[in-house]
Amino acid sequence: MPTVGVKRDFLFKALGRTYTDEEFDELCFEFGLELDEITSEREIISKEQGDSKASDASDVILYKIDVPANRYDLLCLEGLVRGLQVFKNKLEAPRYRRLSPDSGESQRLIITKETAAVRPHAVAAVLRNITFTQERYDSFIELQEKLHQNICRKRSLVAIGTHDLDTISGPFTYTAKAPGDICFRPLNQTKEYTATQLMSLYKTDSHLRHYLPIIEDKPVYPVIYDSNDIVLSMPPIINGDHSKISLKTKNVFIECTATDLTKAKIVLDMIVTMFSEYCAQPFTVEQAEVVYPDGKTCIYPELAYRKEKLSGEFINKKVGIRESTERIAQLLTRMCLLSQPTGVGDEIEVEIPPTRPDVIHACDIMEDAAIAYGFNNITRTTPHTYTVANQFPLNKLTELLRQDLAAAGFTEALNFALCSQEDIADKLGKKISETRAIHISNPKTAEFQVARTTLLPGLLKTIAANRKMPLPLKLFEISDVVLKDESKDVGARNSRRFCAIYYNKTPGFEVIHGLLDRTMQLLEVKAARGEGYHIQAADDSTFFPGRCAEIFVRGTSVGRLGVLHPDVIGRFELTMPCSALEMDLEPFLGHTAEILLTHDVPMQETFKHPFPALSQSQPALPSRLPSTKTVLGDLSSHAGLKALNDFLADRSYIEGFTVSQADAAVFDAIPSPPSQAFCHLRRWYSHIKSFHTERARLPSARSQFVLPPTPPASPNNNSEDDIDLFGSDDDEESAEAARIREQRLSEYASKKPALVAKSSILLDVKPWDNETDMAKMEECVRSVAMEGLLWGQSKLVPVGYGIKKLQIGCVVEDDKVGTDLLEEAITGFEEYVQSVDVAAFNKI
Amino acid sequence: MADTGVVETFLQRIEKVDGGADSQEVAASLGVDHQVIVGAVKSLQTLGDVISAELRSSKHWELTEEGTEIAEQGSHEARVFNSIPLEGLPQAELMKLSFGKIGFSKAMSNKWIRVDKSHDGGPRIFRTVESIHDQVREKLLLAKRGDAARLDEKEKNELKKRKLLAEVTVKSYWITKGNSFSTTVTKQETELTPEMIASGSWKEKKFKPYNFEAMGVAPDCGHLHPLMKVRTQFRQIFLEMGFSEMPTNNFIESSFWNFDSLFQPQQHPARDQHDTFFLSDPSLAHHFPMDYLERVKKVHSEGGYGSQGYKYDWKMEEAQKNILRTHTTAVSARMLYKLAQQEKFTPVKYFSIDRVFRNETLDATHLAEFHQIEGVVADYGLTLGDLMGVLHQFFTKLGITKLRFKPAYNPYTEPSMEVFSYHEGLKKWVEVGNSGVFRPEMLLPMGLPEDVSVIAWGLSLERPTMIKYGINNIRELVGHKVNLQMVYDSPICRLDS
Repeated sequence: MPTVGVKRDFLFKALGRTYTDEEFDELCFEFGLELDEITSEREIISKEQGDSKASDASDVILYKIDVPANRYDLLCLEGLVRGLQVFKNKLEAPRYRRLSPDSGESQRLIITKETAAVRPHAVAAVLRNITFTQERYDSFIELQEKLHQNICRKRSLVAIGTHDLDTISGPFTYTAKAPGDICFRPLNQTKEYTATQLMSLYKTDSHLRHYLPIIEDKPVYPVIYDSNDIVLSMPPIINGDHSKISLKTKNVFIECTATDLTKAKIVLDMIVTMFSEYCAQPFTVEQAEVVYPDGKTCIYPELAYRKEKLSGEFINKKVGIRESTERIAQLLTRMCLLSQPTGVGDEIEVEIPPTRPDVIHACDIMEDAAIAYGFNNITRTTPHTYTVANQFPLNKLTELLRQDLAAAGFTEALNFALCSQEDIADKLGKKISETRAIHISNPKTAEFQVARTTLLPGLLKTIAANRKMPLPLKLFEISDVVLKDESKDVGARNSRRFCAIYYNKTPGFEVIHGLLDRTMQLLEVKAARGEGYHIQAADDSTFFPGRCAEIFVRGTSVGRLGVLHPDVIGRFELTMPCSALEMDLEPFLGHTAEILLTHDVPMQETFKHPFPALSQSQPALPSRLPSTKTVLGDLSSHAGLKALNDFLADRSYIEGFTVSQADAAVFDAIPSPPSQAFCHLRRWYSHIKSFHTERARLPSARSQFVLPPTPPASPNNNSEDDIDLFGSDDDEESAEAARIREQRLSEYASKKPALVAKSSILLDVKPWDNETDMAKMEECVRSVAMEGLLWGQSKLVPVGYGIKKLQIGCVVEDDKVGTDLLEEAITGFEEYVQSVDVAAFNKI
Repeated sequence: MADTGVVETFLQRIEKVDGGADSQEVAASLGVDHQVIVGAVKSLQTLGDVISAELRSSKHWELTEEGTEIAEQGSHEARVFNSIPLEGLPQAELMKLSFGKIGFSKAMSNKWIRVDKSHDGGPRIFRTVESIHDQVREKLLLAKRGDAARLDEKEKNELKKRKLLAEVTVKSYWITKGNSFSTTVTKQETELTPEMIASGSWKEKKFKPYNFEAMGVAPDCGHLHPLMKVRTQFRQIFLEMGFSEMPTNNFIESSFWNFDSLFQPQQHPARDQHDTFFLSDPSLAHHFPMDYLERVKKVHSEGGYGSQGYKYDWKMEEAQKNILRTHTTAVSARMLYKLAQQEKFTPVKYFSIDRVFRNETLDATHLAEFHQIEGVVADYGLTLGDLMGVLHQFFTKLGITKLRFKPAYNPYTEPSMEVFSYHEGLKKWVEVGNSGVFRPEMLLPMGLPEDVSVIAWGLSLERPTMIKYGINNIRELVGHKVNLQMVYDSPICRLDS
């Protein structure tokens, strides 16, 4: 939205009255303007360059007024005043007239065919016998600048040149020449330059350098000569110094060169309508002839008045008012749209003046009637549109899942959809070419190079920015990533993802795994192969080798989970182990995806979800899996059966206190009924066998006991399987690699790595009285240093009677530091410390 | 914890004295450490008004070990003087004495003795005065008797420097009987236990009072993001008003749907590199409904449907350019086009809340991506008054009742209105949203019936959230620099209160 600065007192003088700031603000609001700032030149300079520079500046009050981007007629004081005066019924809109010169001979601008290659259009006009004052002159220059910045699109569409007509003589020629062949003295320079020299001269000009690219690469540059070969201008860069206008200029020749003729005509109309007010014969403009290369001649400025007819009912119906035809005509007239009822029914004839090129449709006229009526005078009504609300199924699923993930102890993060290439590739140990990422062509910084293809880097960065927070950090995000997809009209699509992360002193794979199980429970997917979900060892450079598994739902991969690779952790400036889970959510839409189709928009193909809908899922059939490998060992071997027998010696079931799918799965893994030697196993075996008929209904298992039968075969990477979270390749693996991974996975299930036993202790240190210097006391306590002791945060807790106790945390290595040792050391400061108590003691 | 034995003996002692007793004295008389008495006092204090204890502290001077020795045997220098017989003593011999070295120099400086270095058999020490006055010892004796007050500060400091005298602070309680004084104390229970409930013993027991001043233990839980909490509420409001959610899960949009279909001209500044993110891969969109595209091209370049058009050379290449959508209105355009393809028009109310992207300069309140909230109603004969009415209802649900409307400009709506609400805190009108009636040049090429009007409004999700949760820097709210503590601490979102 352009902002116009006007001197307040000049404005009020022109408006014929003064306003308080509030009153003027109110008037602007009603008219659709905004009094953005009340300031002065001195204030502006002092804000930008400091007080010292501002001392000589004027402190005349300036109003900065925001003008709607399509109202070029309000971009200068003259236009603003005219608009507001007409609006307030204090003035009739002037009628702008185009005149032939008294001499009968119009100024002529001849366009040569060479311009076609660079800037083919030109229009021109003359303001005759104009009187400039300093204010008028400044406003004239300012308007050109505002037009250049807005409708002229920084001179690329239109460039304006204004010249003292008395210094030049027509006819003028608008042509285009090789830069080396153009030579003139540009505005405010003392010597002549060729166009080539000018282009390098202005490279460093803070104002002009922005316009150089418009013609820089062209073989020829546009230039306007008078009949004596004096250069008027080299549009869109600079005018010649010879014809520059001054306060004394009486006759102004205006030329606009353009790549867009419509806009050039509008710009010329704006300048002449605004400043013809100061001509000897106000609001008249002397015409100029423009001769085209084909010999055609046009007269400018157009100053066209257009007439539209519309009904009063149309306005009443669209705005929601009930005004008479006459009254509506009056309202429109106040918006500089001279209107009157034609007498035929409620028909109104509206005349659109050359100052209002923004009025291109009846709806624009309707809006002006509403503005003149006053938006805030319109009665607010309730439409009787009856509709039934539907949620977008994917968002509904997301909303419901978010709530339960927070209830599961994870905190929601919200990260940017845009990021750097590094974030989604290098830092995760991937190649950018593997990611299917879309690339942004004009990022201002590296933060906006691509749209994310995974939610993981955002969560890792969130943790990095919150390292001070107490551990563990458990975060999740459900949001969209963007992937290239040839099947879409735009070649890309969003994919709704769920990502969760656990950051602590231990990797906590079991925590993330547990969250996956919980999520599947929420999504009503059972833990089972075939119709349910299961995880299977996978290779992925983002994860620690042997610590990554792929999530399969109904046989298709939906994502991965695992312990992050130490290199990945390091690249995100983190120091602790970390496990993560990321999966696609769209496969879980189920039959609700049907509703999606009715909402789907044209040219976006219906989303082909890769799984059969829930309702269509096969009846759960117990399928005897060929695998005999379990976390307890291979059940086809004696050792495996023995291990299972021992395991069951003091347990009724594999998991917990009730029969579950875990029992069924392990049952299936035993190739033949066990021998008498394994009495516990036999007891369990016959018991589980008795569930034969109802085993499909058994509750799902919390963890996986049966391991994949063979090295995980690469999932069919056909076109349907487009879920590729981390972009890894699914190459065939060697049997050896698979064996190592299986071994590691079973290790994960059976034992945890040994750790140095540590405890977190919270001590209550009580002072003697309320006069004890607590800061000093804390200092003393913290001065206790032992190997394996790390002091943590502390706070003062009131205990009553104005006495506060110091509550201080520490982490100790159990082998090295005992609580009694600590207490002894602290009570040693008997001047301050009355007693020490252990308030909390937790094993880490 | 003070043991009950001491507490009871202590109470018996207090019972006997009238007017109160000093804890130090009690400790001395009971022959226990003062700490033990302090412990007993503390634990009695928690029982209520059994005793009252007033904390007193006093400072007094005490002799150090060395000071005590001097008080008993005289200062080192005096002992040196006394050990020198009239005929003198060889220096080597003096130095053998325990006090020799220290006492010698001091006695020398007091000019009590002299050294004859030229004496036969090595240096020899002689008395120089008849008798001496051992001031140090006298001062220390004074301090020992508890009369340290009679010494002046300088003297005390001198002795302190010599580590003969030390100032000690003694803290004690002045204990008097309380209103509910008793010599027997029942041990108070800390918590109710299952055993007490089973046996009924809780009826006889006294329980330690809770400290209600203290904070409870924070529950272990996850949290929802504040911006998403506000989004949930906005969704709720739209659903309550009967609006259906639009599928906005397409961040990548063609310029055609984002701009051209909305009658936004191709030279519009918003389509500039400085305002919009363009894509280099995939750079162009390839599929469009071609008959519709032709109508859009025509209305831009030549006009039609009662419009003058923009009268410029509309270029297909410009429409094909892929971008990150700058507003969700691109999706509204797709939805309205789809609606127009229905055999018979049915009124609709649509909403969406999703991300949009602007390649703008960033500051404390602007990011390159933010969430846009948008509402759209399409029906026969909707008026500007209807738009204001719907906005009034919508904002009332947000707890905003004072609204007014300012004429504004937007390339695809006419009329366009900025929505202002009166901010009670700032005491001024602030902009809260944008709204308008979609232009016929946008709707008619889609094929919507001529008398159907479509009203729409939009606002950002971030701004109301920042106001709601008092956040000044948008980076603390959105993105990885979020302050997780803020997320943990943020209250539930009720927009209307």
